[in-house]
Amino acid sequence: MPVAGQPAVRRRIAHGLVMSLSIELFINALIAGMLLGGFYAAVTVGISISFGILDIVNIAHPAFVILGSYIAYIVNSNLGVDPIVTGILALPAFYFLGAAVYQVYYTSFEKRGQDSLRGLAFFFGLLFIAEVGLILVFGVDYRYVKAIYVDQSLNFGFINLPLRMLIPFAMSLLGLALLQLFLSRTFTGRAIMAVAQDQLALQLMAANPIRIKRIAFALSIATCALAGAFLIVIQPVEPSVGREYIGRVFAICVLGGLGSLPGTLIAALLLGVVESLTATFYGPSWAPAVGFGLLLLTLAFRPAGLLGR
Amino acid sequence: MRTWQFLVIACGVGALVFALARWLGNDYYFFAGYTVLQFVVLATAWNILGGYTGYVNFGSAAFFALGAYSSVFLHKFHPLPIPILIIAGGAVAGLVGFGTGYLTLRLRGAFFAIATLALAVVLQTLIVNWDYVGGSRGAYIIRPREIAIVGNYIEYLFLIMLTLAIAALTIARTIERSRLGYGFATIRDDELAAEASGVPTLKLKLIATTLSGAMMGMAGAPFPYYIGYLEPSSAFGLQYAVNSIAMPLIGGTTMWVGPLIGAVLLGTLQQVATVTISSAVNLLLVGVLLVAFVIIAPKGIVGLVQDRMRRKD
Repeated sequence: MPVAGQPAVRRRIAHGLVMSLSIELFINALIAGMLLGGFYAAVTVGISISFGILDIVNIAHPAFVILGSYIAYIVNSNLGVDPIVTGILALPAFYFLGAAVYQVYYTSFEKRGQDSLRGLAFFFGLLFIAEVGLILVFGVDYRYVKAIYVDQSLNFGFINLPLRMLIPFAMSLLGLALLQLFLSRTFTGRAIMAVAQDQLALQLMAANPIRIKRIAFALSIATCALAGAFLIVIQPVEPSVGREYIGRVFAICVLGGLGSLPGTLIAALLLGVVESLTATFYGPSWAPAVGFGLLLLTLAFRPAGLLGR
Repeated sequence: MRTWQFLVIACGVGALVFALARWLGNDYYFFAGYTVLQFVVLATAWNILGGYTGYVNFGSAAFFALGAYSSVFLHKFHPLPIPILIIAGGAVAGLVGFGTGYLTLRLRGAFFAIATLALAVVLQTLIVNWDYVGGSRGAYIIRPREIAIVGNYIEYLFLIMLTLAIAALTIARTIERSRLGYGFATIRDDELAAEASGVPTLKLKLIATTLSGAMMGMAGAPFPYYIGYLEPSSAFGLQYAVNSIAMPLIGGTTMWVGPLIGAVLLGTLQQVATVTISSAVNLLLVGVLLVAFVIIAPKGIVGLVQDRMRRKD
């Protein structure tokens, strides 16, 4: 009879321990990935509207998200206001900022039919100005916010749910649901869905396509206020963090089938899980390549997206 | 003007520039001049794809870094003369350009642009995790102090980059006046119509991407010897991506002289601003100039001059 302490038995016990540990690790990584994915959906939903529906290649989108993070940071460090409350309060300001950016984009590029090359360069320039401007003002130090829930977590057995991930996750799902209702139930929302397909038909319905596009683009920038607040709750932020999100958001947007909000959510959850598993089992230094690699693969083999035809 | 006449004149101007830098007798001018010339090559390379065919490449830094890191890779294996490294770097970057183009150029233009952004991050992650070429710690390249014939090593590097710049400009000018260049222009103006008239658009786009990528790789190949210590964040620096877009767009994208004007102006301005103000401010300057030019003067400096000349007639 094998006796505890013999080498073979010790090895079997150790093996069992490693197995159960790695299963726990796997489940936790899976859940962390889902939570992360919910947040990614919030960052991407703006791109799904501007790039997916309006066909405006706004590569400066992550820069607006970082701007949202810094506003949440400034208000939090000076007045102690909760970052997510700040994000909600900043929604109208970001809406008007988005409307202004669209106006410049429309008069300078879209109206003149130069939106492809120069429009892209314009947004690239904006991305660059935002990043360097933030570096000049705040430096490259990581900034973070203080809130009661930032370092708390719920525990169910070995499952660990940090509140700093759970709250953005839940709020993202709520926001996504509201946006989906707006796009499918209201006249303006339906007009936004229609504007990319047939501008003339929209004019016949007595809606001004430029106005509809302005509203939609402004809405896409408004989502950055909240997404930025979520970002700084989840992790410390410095100006160049935004660049990592360019690949992620476009990967999710394309994978989700351009402009479909449910598709965006599914793709975001998928990317979150794959990234989290990669970081857990191969090391965090590989995680940035996952989103971009997935994007390259999607573009090469399935450009219509997961749910596409 | 024939190509050989152009080449003779370009070499003459190059010799003058070199003589001037030598006459000034300060190594700083060679260091600063090298950077400006490197941007001439990068901007011209970007313009072959971006200006002539209208496809935007945001990943210039990736192609540049590919050239630089192929040099590091080969150097660790066995030190080789720089001209051979330039050919190797060009080959690697050209191949990657071809691959990226092959995967994404059949889709709409925006997808290619986004894919090039993605390429830079994927490659940077690979390099950071690859210990042989230094990983995230970076790699030291000890360069010799002296070199045969030329003497001073920085003068040698300057000469190499000068030669590359002349070669790049000659290639760009030759393309502009060839069947290839007209093919590129049809893609830029109306790809669908070009396709319908029998222009082999995918083939032409692949030629442009490969050539442009290879030239960027060539510009990057001598970089480790110039800087002496190469780390991923300097090889993949944002300034390469933004400058190689800003310079042609500010200079003017339809002619070979546009990227040259843009690179000389912006490159010199940045050298001055880095010394007198700060390097962050000079990057901000580039961004603001880029946005201002695409909004106010979409044809760049060349376009402004052409309009003025037309008005005089």
